[in-house]
Amino acid sequence: MDIIVSGVKKTFAEGLTVAQLLIEEKVESPEYVTVAVNEEFVEGEAKAARILTSGDQVEFLYFMGGGR
Amino acid sequence: MTITLPRPLYEELLEHCRRCWPQEGCGLLAGRTAEADKTVEKIYPLPNLAQSRTRFDIDQKDQLRAVIDMRKRQLTLLGNFHSHPDTPARPSEQDLQLGLDPAASYLILSLAEKEPALKAFRVAWLSGQPTASQEELIVGP
Repeated sequence: MDIIVSGVKKTFAEGLTVAQLLIEEKVESPEYVTVAVNEEFVEGEAKAARILTSGDQVEFLYFMGGGR
Repeated sequence: MTITLPRPLYEELLEHCRRCWPQEGCGLLAGRTAEADKTVEKIYPLPNLAQSRTRFDIDQKDQLRAVIDMRKRQLTLLGNFHSHPDTPARPSEQDLQLGLDPAASYLILSLAEKEPALKAFRVAWLSGQPTASQEELIVGP
């Protein structure tokens, strides 16, 4: 199946979960990454349960903050 | 590795941060990467969720909206920027700890002196410790 990951079309095996995608894509510090699938946030334990389907659009968002 | 910020975008960034003063101003940088060099083509000035003069947080809903807009424009998220109203343009401990994306450029604008100072940094994580390195920043034309 084809999934759009951070704007790039990629092919994965059927049944891939969001949590597995984070591993496949070698996302660094995944505990600090929020995932959005089709513009909806997938958070916490839902990452392991959410199965991706062909055509899904996924974005990885690092928490952005800091200061002084 | 360089990051190029066209002068009109620098002016936009500066104006946003001055408008936010005395709180920290913040936003995202979008553009294109050619080999290791980045060129900013659009900035996304965003609200500082922390509403603080010593801290900034970008709402992830704002971040997602901006990223979706970038995709439509075929741009990539290159990093973020924020201002230091009272301190120099160098990463604080807080900036380092939250410099989570190794691919991102982190621009810091100091408004502490009469003349603003803008610098770019990358953050690398080695053995669980963040280390900042300055990235060459070209402003203009």
